[in-house]
Amino acid sequence: MCKNKTGIGDTLKWVIFLSAFWIILLLMNTVPPKDSFFHLTDFNLNTAGKYMAYAILALGIDLLWGYTGILSLGQGIFFGLGAYCMGMYLMLSIGGEGAYQSDLPDFMVWNQVQELPFFWKPFESFAFSMLGIVLVPALCAFVFGFLTFRSRIKGVYFSIITQALALTVWLLFNQNSMNLGGTNGLTDFKSILNFPLSDISTQRMLFVVTGICLVLAFILCRYITQSRLGKVLIAIRDNEGRIRFSGYSASQYKLFVFVISAVLAGIAGALYVPQVGIITPGQIGVLPSIEMIVWVAVGGRGTLIGAILGAIGVNWARSFLTSNYPDLWLYFLGALFVGVVLYFPKGMWEVSGRIKNLFSRRAKKQPVIVN
Amino acid sequence: MIQASRVGLHLVLSALFAALFFPNQVRAQAFAQMPLATPLDQLILMLADEDRDVVEKAFFDLGKSGDENLLPTLEALREGSLYLWTKPKGERRVVIGRELIVRGAVEGYEVLEAYGAAPMIGPDGAPLFLPEAALESIRLSRRLRIKIGPLLDRLRLFSPEAEVRESAATKVGLSGDPDALPLLSKALAKEKDRWVRFALTEAIGLIRLSDEDPAVRKAAAETLGKIHAMDSVPTLEARIEADDTGVSPETDVAVKAAVSEAIQKIKAWEVWTRTVETIFSGISLSSILLLVALGLAITFGLMGVINMAHGELMMLGAYTTYMIQEFFVAYLPSDIRDVYFILAIPFAFAVAALFGYLLEKSIIKRLYGRPLETLLATWGISLILQQGVRQIFGAANVDVASPAWLSGGVRLAAGIQLPYNRIFIIFLSLSAVFSVYMLVLRSSIGLKIRAVTQNRRMSACMGITTERVDALTFALGAGLAGMAGAGLTLIGNVGPDLGQNYIVDSFLVVVTGGVGKLAGTVGAAFGIGGLNKLMEPGFGAIYAKVFILLIVILFLQKRPSGLFPAKGRSIDL
Repeated sequence: MCKNKTGIGDTLKWVIFLSAFWIILLLMNTVPPKDSFFHLTDFNLNTAGKYMAYAILALGIDLLWGYTGILSLGQGIFFGLGAYCMGMYLMLSIGGEGAYQSDLPDFMVWNQVQELPFFWKPFESFAFSMLGIVLVPALCAFVFGFLTFRSRIKGVYFSIITQALALTVWLLFNQNSMNLGGTNGLTDFKSILNFPLSDISTQRMLFVVTGICLVLAFILCRYITQSRLGKVLIAIRDNEGRIRFSGYSASQYKLFVFVISAVLAGIAGALYVPQVGIITPGQIGVLPSIEMIVWVAVGGRGTLIGAILGAIGVNWARSFLTSNYPDLWLYFLGALFVGVVLYFPKGMWEVSGRIKNLFSRRAKKQPVIVN
Repeated sequence: MIQASRVGLHLVLSALFAALFFPNQVRAQAFAQMPLATPLDQLILMLADEDRDVVEKAFFDLGKSGDENLLPTLEALREGSLYLWTKPKGERRVVIGRELIVRGAVEGYEVLEAYGAAPMIGPDGAPLFLPEAALESIRLSRRLRIKIGPLLDRLRLFSPEAEVRESAATKVGLSGDPDALPLLSKALAKEKDRWVRFALTEAIGLIRLSDEDPAVRKAAAETLGKIHAMDSVPTLEARIEADDTGVSPETDVAVKAAVSEAIQKIKAWEVWTRTVETIFSGISLSSILLLVALGLAITFGLMGVINMAHGELMMLGAYTTYMIQEFFVAYLPSDIRDVYFILAIPFAFAVAALFGYLLEKSIIKRLYGRPLETLLATWGISLILQQGVRQIFGAANVDVASPAWLSGGVRLAAGIQLPYNRIFIIFLSLSAVFSVYMLVLRSSIGLKIRAVTQNRRMSACMGITTERVDALTFALGAGLAGMAGAGLTLIGNVGPDLGQNYIVDSFLVVVTGGVGKLAGTVGAAFGIGGLNKLMEPGFGAIYAKVFILLIVILFLQKRPSGLFPAKGRSIDL
């Protein structure tokens, strides 16, 4: 499937490539003078950090969809859970510096909440927040996945149910009575661990953390897919019935992958929030969830590096088009969906492969993913 | 002088002209040249008197007359568009001048009769134009101005329109003014409409509640209880409610008992009406869900195609309705405008079906057997359609006016009104289900559709052109979506994201019902819709929806293939 290039060497190649990618961006931001052609503005560095957070989420989707064949249209939920965990910590670390000089977050003062709701309390601690970022999405994914995979809901049914779940969560998070900021979400963060978020040095630090997380997530996914476990996952994708008959418990494998992808989404959300400065239900609902799928589809599902490049590439295109041709973005996104599905089932990765084959004149037939 | 005589000539001619062509107004017109004879005309003229007492007497006498022809007069008086016109010969007339217009270099009004508001005709046969300088506006004192509203309400009791009469009766009743009683009784005596009679009876009862005679009060309370007059509950409660000193306005024990009994009766009735309303709104929501899910039951249930653009096909249907409405407004006379909606439904079906046909031929055809791919591709289509509509029609909602014959509703009993547009949607969705049933299960094309669904290769071997059947089936599903969109214009906003709001719901209905089963879709629609409305009063709309989604998700854990699972031996159902 993956040209069978197993082994540490190949993994190392991509790890170096990925690390070089973000380190060069960081150097472009710090070293060259501001008027130099190679200079990367602070804003662009921040944007790149956001894309890298998305790339972590894309890795999870790829693991789930590209390798195991489970299309979840609710990854935005887990992204949101991680992001809200981080957001709650950041909200509480504002302390009394908010607009109303209250220890409570501003929106609670606005909604006349007298006391900090119980589920906010643990997020005063940084350590617990970090734990929550991993555990909350993991737990939710475990419960939902356990029920769903056990009753052998799969294929499009799974997709539709996850989409319904995304709608449910979106509806809930929009409610003021949930004490999560309602439609406006969580915003106006001031500092993280006492480092002011408006400082470029803090943003660079976050960028570095995101870069390291991305590389680590890549190594984890690479490890999973290269192992025997990965082979079972691919087998589930290609013929689940046969795997079951061979004595494997497909649902346990699926549950495992689902939880891993949820954790990756949660971490992505947590890294996204301090860099972007806001999280609202609008960023985690039905639409964003399905847009995440297209990142992976465009980049190339079933290839981890493709998912990363897809997330970064599509989001870059989005920024470019929405600022220059705002009317064209949705056409472009729609065309991407249709075009990728019809012509490049394996995404841009396949295109690059085709071009490579064209030059090296050893055109081999590419295997096509069949669900 | 020449000018003045010309005006006189105008009047003579206009009177003759009017006598010829407007026999109904002859009486009023004829008086133009005669001394004012009828008391009403005289009363109107008295409104312009300089003596305040004369004005006041005229004002209240007009109110007591109960003549609906005085409505425009008093409305004009309130708006300040009632004028005194002094003719050159010194004769005075009261006229209505609504809109200031400029003719030549003169500003003035095309005046109307004060009594009945018929247009006055000049000697040239054209509407009589009077310069502003010849007119003197009639203004009321502040004391009278605040009284004109209730006075108008009393006159409206005799308006030709039942709705106006009904709301006037309610208002007069709530005012509690005993002076209005004779008028109310007079109105009740000649009233034929059931609901206006109801409002009048309620009004009389409300006023009599504060009558001096305890027997009358008791009878009034009993009447109100008997007719279940819900609007009168606050007044009834106020009668027996004790104030700070422990004294209630009602002192008579027997009346008190009658009042509280009436309140109980009305409250019990309210529970009953609320139940009926909940059941009806549940059925209504279910029929909407059924309508939006029916097309999906075809494309997803029969063909296995996940059409995420289903919502956008609905949107196309809604916009088709909008365009047909605009066409009617622009090119056809206004009296047949309301027919547009009847025409819009088949058009919406056709437009969406055509679009679905093209979609199937160009994209979906190449993705059979790859449902997840279809899902993504159709989602892409939906984005393109949304953006296209947004650029053509704008991002804001467009205004689709429900036809007049669907406004209002059937009133089953006091407090229970079933809106016509909801009833229409129930009818539309049930007839759509029936047609689909007949088509799929009782026609030859339906036989082919089912054959291809069950075994494509075998069907092809038997000589069925499977591609054609596929395209037609998909077009049918798309057309049903378009029709649903046309129906939705009756109850919701029409905007580019109309489809987004329904897509998750409609998929859930199909999945819950069991794929490929029409009966399942119907059952799921009614189950989800009914449950939703049942929970709404307790939890609020949003949480009810959240719970419904969770219940459906849990239900599917238990019954993964829905209410009515398709039977088969395949491991990959």
